[in-house]
Amino acid sequence: MNLAIRDIRHGLFRFVLTCFGLGLLMTVVLAMIGIYNGLVADALAVVKAPAADVWVVEAGTQGPFAEASSIPADTRDAVARMPGVAEAGAITFQTIEAAHAGRTLRLYVIGFEPGRPGGPQRIAEGRGFGSSHFELIADRKTGLVIGDRIRLGRDRFTVVGLVENAMNSGGDPAVYVTLADAIALQTALDPAAARVQAARGAGGARLPTVAAVIAVLEPGADVALLTATVRQWKHLSALSQAEQENLLLASVVDRARRQIGLFLAILLSVSAVVIALIIYTMTMEKLKQIATLKLIGAPDRTIIGLIVQQALILGASGLGIGLALILLVKDNFPRRVVLEPFNALVLTGIILVVCIVASGLGVRAAMKVDPATALGG
Amino acid sequence: MTRGDVLVTVQGVAKHYGSGETRVDALRAVDLQVRAGEVIALLGPSGSGKTTLLNIIGCILAPSAGRVELDGDPVFDGKWLRSDLRRLRLDKIGFIFQAHNLLPFLTAEENVSVVLDLAGWPAAKGRARARELLDYLEVGHRASVKPALLSGGEAQRVAIARALANRPRIILADEPTAALDSGRAQLVMDLLRKLATEQEACIIAVTHDEKIFDRFDRLIHLRDGRLVDS
Repeated sequence: MNLAIRDIRHGLFRFVLTCFGLGLLMTVVLAMIGIYNGLVADALAVVKAPAADVWVVEAGTQGPFAEASSIPADTRDAVARMPGVAEAGAITFQTIEAAHAGRTLRLYVIGFEPGRPGGPQRIAEGRGFGSSHFELIADRKTGLVIGDRIRLGRDRFTVVGLVENAMNSGGDPAVYVTLADAIALQTALDPAAARVQAARGAGGARLPTVAAVIAVLEPGADVALLTATVRQWKHLSALSQAEQENLLLASVVDRARRQIGLFLAILLSVSAVVIALIIYTMTMEKLKQIATLKLIGAPDRTIIGLIVQQALILGASGLGIGLALILLVKDNFPRRVVLEPFNALVLTGIILVVCIVASGLGVRAAMKVDPATALGG
Repeated sequence: MTRGDVLVTVQGVAKHYGSGETRVDALRAVDLQVRAGEVIALLGPSGSGKTTLLNIIGCILAPSAGRVELDGDPVFDGKWLRSDLRRLRLDKIGFIFQAHNLLPFLTAEENVSVVLDLAGWPAAKGRARARELLDYLEVGHRASVKPALLSGGEAQRVAIARALANRPRIILADEPTAALDSGRAQLVMDLLRKLATEQEACIIAVTHDEKIFDRFDRLIHLRDGRLVDS
C-alpha cells in the first residue's frame, strides 16, 4: 500500500495547487536558463552565420564585435589571393533605427557581397538578392514581411527574404543588404559636417571601408599560418573563428552572462528553500498520523518513504508543469529563450537532489516524533 | 498458550524523569499480571501514572527499573532495538485510541489492512482479513468510506478492527469510550469483552468512564505512581 500516493489523493486539490505554484517557480528558473542560453546563442549567431574560418580586422583592434574595426574594402582582394584561402568576402556591421508602419525598429544591418561569404546561410522564406541595390533580407523578429518597403538612410529597401535567429549580442534583429548599399548607408549616416566637407572635396577622395574581411579556407589549410601571415601586415590583424567566438563571449556578453548566472543561482537557492518549506510543512501537518503509524509498528523506512516519495512527486510535478509552461510561452519573450534537452536533464538532477535534501528536514522532524503522542486523544 | 495464561507481567517497574531536586517519580515499584481473556481498567487521577504504565506495556517508554514480559518474552532487557520494539508492537499489541486516530487519507478497509501490509501480509489476504473484521464489527458496509464520513461509533469500531487486524494478544486502549455516548460505550465494551474471550487476548484500558466500570474484570487503581488496590 503506497501511503504517499493515498495521502496525495486525499488532498489532491491542495497538492495540485502546491505543484502549480512550484511549477510557476520552475518556469521562472527555466526561463532564466533559456534567457542565459539565448544570450550566448544570440551573441554567437552573428559570428557563426558567415561560417568563416578567419576574420581579418583592423590592426590593434579586436573587431568587429568587441571593438570598432575599419579596413579598406579592397583588403578582400589581397586576402582572397593568399594561399589556402578558398573564398573571401568583405562585410560591414552597423546598428540603425528605422521607422516602419508607425513604429521604430532597431536593426543590425549586415552588408555583404552577394556570392561571397558573409551572407545568411539559409533563407527561411523568400529569396536571396536578385539585384545589387535596395533589396533586403530580414530576420523574422523585425516583424517585416516579404514585400515590405522600409527606408534606411536615404533609400527605400524592399524585403525579399526572411531568415531566422540572426541578431547581434544586444538582441537587435539583423537585416542583410548588399555591401554597396551598406557602404552608402554608412556615408549617409555620417555627421552632416563630414558630408559637407566630402561634398566640397575637402580631405581628398575617401576610400570605401568595411568592418572585416572573412575568409573560408580550403580543406586542410592551416588557420594559424594564415592568421600569422595576415598579422605581418601592419594595418591588419586576424582572428580565427574560435578566437572570435571566445572574444565575443569573454568581452561582449560576459558581464550579462555572469549577471544572469548569478541570478539563476539565487533562483535555484530560493527554489530549494521553497521546496524544503513545503515538504517540511506537509510533514508537520502529518505528525499525529506519523505518531500513529509508529505506534502501530510502522518501520522508519515506511515513514521516510512517505515523506521522500511525496517530495519527489512534488518536485517532478513542479518541474513538469514548469517545462510545459515555458515551452508554451517561450516564443513570446522579446529575446530568444533557448532550452536544450540537456538543460532539462541537469535541472531534473538538481531538483532531484534538492527534493531529497529538502525532505531531510521533514524526515528529521518525523523521526523525532514520539509514538506516545498518538495516545491521549 | 491457552486461555488463562499470563500475557503481561510487570514486576517492580519504576519510571522517573529528571534527577536530584527535579526528579519526578511517575511509577514506583508497580507489579501487575494480566491473563488471556481478562479485561482490566487502569484508574486514577491525572498524574497517577496510568498513561506511563500503558506506554511501558506498549513498548513506547522504557522503564527506569523493573521487568516487563509480554506474551512470555522479556522486553527492555537491553537486547531490544527500537526497530525490534516496533515489530513487537506490530505483532503482539493492538492499540485503541481515545480519538480513534484513523489515518484520514485511507478508507476504513485500508485503515485496517495497513497494519497487515506493514506486517508483510499479501495485499489480497490483508484486504480479505480487513473486510472480515469490519463485517464482524458490523461496519463492513462502510469499508470504502474515509474516516471523515464515519460516525463516532463507526470510526471507533474501525479503530478496534485495526487494533485486532494482526491478531494481537495484548490490546491497550486509551479512553476507548471517551468519544462515545453511553449506549455506544456499553456496546464497545461488550465487543471488547467478546473479542478478549474469543481471541484469548487481554485488554488493558485506561478510563475515567464510570458507566463502564462494571464491564471490567478488574479495576486497577493508581495513585502517585503506585498501585493502591485491584
